[in-house]
Amino acid sequence: MISDKLKASPSGLSGNTDAQTQHPGKKVWRLPLFGLCFSMPILIWQLIFFVFPLAFLVAISFWLVRNFRMVPTFEWLNWSYMLSRAFFWDAYVHTLAMAAGATVLVSLVAFPCAYTIAFKFRESAKQLLVLLLVTPFFTSYLVRTYSWQVFLSDNGIFNAALGLLGIEPFAMLNTAFGTYVGYFTLCLPLVVLLQLFSLMYIDRSLIEAAHNLGCGRLRTVLLVVLPSARIGIVVAALFCFILTFGDFVSPLYLGGGQPPTLSTLITDTTKSGQQWPRAAVIATMMIVTLLIAAFGAVRFAYRRRA
Amino acid sequence: MNEHRLINFLLRSFVVMVFLFIFLPIAGSFVFSFNIDRFPSLPLGGFSLHWYEMIASDPAVWQAFRNSLTVGVVVSLVSTLLGFTAAYTDFRYPFFGKSIYMALALLPPTIPVVIMGLAMLAFLSRVGLSGEIYAVMISHIVMCAPFAMAVIRMRLAQMDPNIEAAAWNLGANQWKAMRHVILPFTAPSIFAALFVTMAVSFDEFAVAWFVSGLNETVPVRILNTLQGQVSPTINAIGTIVFITTMTLVILAQLLLMRRRKPASA
Repeated sequence: MISDKLKASPSGLSGNTDAQTQHPGKKVWRLPLFGLCFSMPILIWQLIFFVFPLAFLVAISFWLVRNFRMVPTFEWLNWSYMLSRAFFWDAYVHTLAMAAGATVLVSLVAFPCAYTIAFKFRESAKQLLVLLLVTPFFTSYLVRTYSWQVFLSDNGIFNAALGLLGIEPFAMLNTAFGTYVGYFTLCLPLVVLLQLFSLMYIDRSLIEAAHNLGCGRLRTVLLVVLPSARIGIVVAALFCFILTFGDFVSPLYLGGGQPPTLSTLITDTTKSGQQWPRAAVIATMMIVTLLIAAFGAVRFAYRRRA
Repeated sequence: MNEHRLINFLLRSFVVMVFLFIFLPIAGSFVFSFNIDRFPSLPLGGFSLHWYEMIASDPAVWQAFRNSLTVGVVVSLVSTLLGFTAAYTDFRYPFFGKSIYMALALLPPTIPVVIMGLAMLAFLSRVGLSGEIYAVMISHIVMCAPFAMAVIRMRLAQMDPNIEAAAWNLGANQWKAMRHVILPFTAPSIFAALFVTMAVSFDEFAVAWFVSGLNETVPVRILNTLQGQVSPTINAIGTIVFITTMTLVILAQLLLMRRRKPASA
């Protein structure tokens, strides 16, 4: 293989020597011109179109709206307005509770599934299942949400099926249950995949050793498998929390929009008027919350074992 | 032993149930798209292409597909280019502040889309780009470049760094080594990245909804339809989009596999 690659490269005599004198593995302060050509584009792009817009978002939370126009200034008015409103804190607590609940539930459902795929299926079946788990990422989340509406609505498929069994129809759409169905649709494949990847790299001999030492199945899972896969499980849970905390589709179209979540507050405030600064306050609060969650999760995942 | 069998059976059944849950809405939208009923219920109504005819005769849908395609092509080209340069930088250079650099390159997909949408809307309207189709492109490139970078970086991880050094020793300058060693080696992943980023862009609705103004892309069109009255045209559009993206993804997968075989032989 190496010789193949080398044949493809013309061995001109204009070899440059600075490349040969670079020591691999040694950190440098400045890159050569060639390196700058490759390292700079994404840095510049993400600074202008990612970092700056986010910083700008925080900045406009201090701006004011006068005569339907945003005026650059530095006032705490939007902050004091939003943070003193009961509806904001209701939405905050509601969003936090829903996202935390989804994180726990999705992780609990995903783990037996990932565990079974990792340990109870043949290699070929495993690959097929992983492929199937990737498929939902390429179907529209909106279309799946709409599809759930048809299943869950009062006259929908599920209630019709229950009716055939003689069970009275009950409300599933526009309830917290509906929101959770959406959250599961959004997160479950990703969480199973992430847990699966961490389970697949567990040293099998650890499990066999536990069995040989007379450790039961459940105890092996709890004391050997779970701790070994901790990083993957925590990272998966973190992604689940980030996704559900910021999602506005499920709470609105499956949960009915009442009570509002922070993200539905943002879309309402942004789309129905010029109160972008207030929406920016909500967004900043969300970012802070997510940063705390991410920091806590990473600390927990990489904590040294006692 | 019997107890083991029972537990394994229960676990496998659980996996089947999880997959049923995941695929129920996907299969549902496919079936409903061919169903004559506006509100499908049991028993299902008859077969019909009515919803496909409706979207075919809706100029707004055609325009949305054109917009999505334009955005998707530009986004996939630029974000793959950015992703490639970032992946190569990570592969090749150790430098101070690299963890911050990598965080910048990889973080965008972890920011909630509502926040990204609001931030892009506020920023782009300030520079007079909001509501333009460029606004969607710029936002999507920010969000897609990390995926391109991840795909290409995984391919580079399979490469021995000494191969490039060998090319230099044999007299190739850095650009020639890039052209004749790195590019051929990463080519399949570059194509894969092109397809994956296009698929991601084709599916993104939230940020596009914030910044697109009147230039609806397909997912924005779906979102706006969802807000109005019930319309099974969503299922028809969804089925078409699903087939399009799956074709792209399978093509990407085939490209990655075709090159892997001779390399490992």
